[in-house]
Amino acid sequence: MKHADEYRDGRLARALAARIAHEADPAASYHFMEFCGGHTHAISRYGIQDLLPGNVRMIHGPGCPVCVLPIGRIDAAIRLAERPEVTLCTYGDLMRVPGSHGTSLLKAKAAGADIRMVYSTTDALRIAEAEPEREVIFFAIGFETTTPPTALAIKIAAAKKLKNFTIFCNHVLTPSAIQNILESPDVRELGRVRIDGFIGPAHVSTVIGSQPYAFFAEEFEKPVVIAGFEPLDVMQAIMMLVRQVNEGRCEVENQYTRAVKPEGNERAKAEVAEIFELRKSFEWRGLGQVPYSGLRLKKAYAEFDAERRFDIGHIEAHDNPACECGAILRGVKKPTDCKLFGTVCTPDTPMGSCMVSSEGACAAHWTYGRFRDHVREAS
Amino acid sequence: MTVKTYKRKLDIKNGRVDLSHGSGGRAMMQLIADIFHEALDNAWLRRGNDQSAFDVIGGRMVMTTDGYVVSPIFFPGGDIGSLAVHGTINDIAMAGARPIYLSAGFIIEEGFALADLKRVADSMGEAARDAGVPIITGDTKVVERGKADGVFITTTGVGVVPDGLDLSSEKARAGDKVILSGTIGDHGVAVMSKRQNLTFETDIVSDSAALHQLVAVMVGAGGPSLRVMRDPTRGGLAATLNELAHQSHVGFRISEEALPIKPEVAAACDLLGLDPLYVANEGKLVAIVAPEAAGDILAAMQAHPLGRDAAIIGEAIADDHHFVQMTTSFGGGRIVDWLSGEQLPRIC
Repeated sequence: MKHADEYRDGRLARALAARIAHEADPAASYHFMEFCGGHTHAISRYGIQDLLPGNVRMIHGPGCPVCVLPIGRIDAAIRLAERPEVTLCTYGDLMRVPGSHGTSLLKAKAAGADIRMVYSTTDALRIAEAEPEREVIFFAIGFETTTPPTALAIKIAAAKKLKNFTIFCNHVLTPSAIQNILESPDVRELGRVRIDGFIGPAHVSTVIGSQPYAFFAEEFEKPVVIAGFEPLDVMQAIMMLVRQVNEGRCEVENQYTRAVKPEGNERAKAEVAEIFELRKSFEWRGLGQVPYSGLRLKKAYAEFDAERRFDIGHIEAHDNPACECGAILRGVKKPTDCKLFGTVCTPDTPMGSCMVSSEGACAAHWTYGRFRDHVREAS
Repeated sequence: MTVKTYKRKLDIKNGRVDLSHGSGGRAMMQLIADIFHEALDNAWLRRGNDQSAFDVIGGRMVMTTDGYVVSPIFFPGGDIGSLAVHGTINDIAMAGARPIYLSAGFIIEEGFALADLKRVADSMGEAARDAGVPIITGDTKVVERGKADGVFITTTGVGVVPDGLDLSSEKARAGDKVILSGTIGDHGVAVMSKRQNLTFETDIVSDSAALHQLVAVMVGAGGPSLRVMRDPTRGGLAATLNELAHQSHVGFRISEEALPIKPEVAAACDLLGLDPLYVANEGKLVAIVAPEAAGDILAAMQAHPLGRDAAIIGEAIADDHHFVQMTTSFGGGRIVDWLSGEQLPRIC
């Protein structure tokens, strides 16, 4: 195994930091949104903020699949898992996402539901094969990166004629969410969020390529730089964004050339297109209903759709009114603007989804960055 | 005329533990004799009492107890048996004490293979002999299938604290140096690599080891300059430093660059989405020491095989919030917070 040290080199980081400081116009300020939770995590984990000049601000975007899952979908998953015949397979970080009335998958598991943590869809398939008497449901979530493996699992299940395997599909699409943010009143009319450019997704872009972002650069006149998840990738992307702003350019640039091609991964896209179709609308936490932003299984694969096999219906559920996850996911508020942050809401007792996943803005700030709040307080 | 009762030998190769092995009858006696006494043999066990008598050495004594439920029970670099010896010896040693005796309690699941039980017992015996700390009393229970997972072991240890030494978790002071005895994350990653749903190819082995001899060397070099020692097991280095920060009412500032981490462990953690700071160790210690003695203690540690990679990784600072702060090798700052939730269940 080769380690990624060369993308975390402190010496190179300091050199890049000096260049950003030199090129950023002290009379201007720069507000960039990193869409992905992976970038949010890298920024916090490596303390990138400390290496940026004060007039370059990063705004955390909604690109954390766990965070954007609306509470009703968690409730639905819990309801599914509580059926005696069901084994629900899920990624670990979904376990602690709060549902309505203080419930969570973790609590449902403790109360007796058969919920198992898996690392991949193939684990879930293996369980379905090994335990034919169980109805195995895979809690499928994520952006374009995790969709191809789910598609593949469906194909394998179909080839093996598995009758006891379904997915609870919550796959969502990145470009629709970016468009939703750019069209939101917060950005367009009210001017509550200033976004001068985007750091584009790393892993998502390996699948969808860089082409889908051209629309944002042109239509909304926002520069986009696709970047890898390593800290030097992020630093370099910030420098490229600063340059675009300084030069008045709005282009899609690709910092992550070692993995992202303009057309993306054709094969993965084809697999997804074969299995999934667009939902007319899908609910996102924070963004509300976003048209054509979610996927579901095509009719031909309906037998693998847990929503069709088990009648769960639509569950209407609302976030805790004091929780600011929604505004935080849109970039309107910072974690510290939320009254719950660090008081009743911590990673140990999360009230909102942003405090659960390590990619969530609140969890990242709490876990890595909150000492800065106290430094500010003291000075 | 006396009739010699026929006694069927324990079929260690193919046999399994059944409920009769915990019932108090002959089967249990045979299990204890053929497996445990055989493996752990010493003068105390040979007397066959329900307890063992020993002379009190005098001075201050320490006592600790710890349960072991690691899964899988055999992992690269060790198993639940050696772990149960090392872990409890280390808890004793963290007081600066010399461990003298251990006890061992076994909860065995019906159906557990006798061959595996023997392997575990043999490994315990070997670990105890290597450490020079005999297991002088024990207990065996068998529970129905499904009520345990293979075997769970609880060990208790007693030890003696050298005169003039009083290590305790509230004693770290601002300015003290933080010494780490070697690379972090080895145990957790080694165990993870053998988890059923996660098997991956790696040469990483657990660091499971008894640290009392390393501690003896440190006591010799530092004496009362040793303020606190703790072995960063569950929750890793992060949990240990956070606990000590709260108990001593200080903060810590550590340097990521100074942390000894094997490249293969770092790579495996990357792959699994883990942070080595939170991954369990079973043969490492953290020592908070008076700054003026840090150099001597470090040199003594580095001269010992179990402290070869020892390093000063940071220092205690005055901080009302008791944060553990880290300067990343990237050049920024971050907190090293408590672990939230359960990163790796049943790691020890």
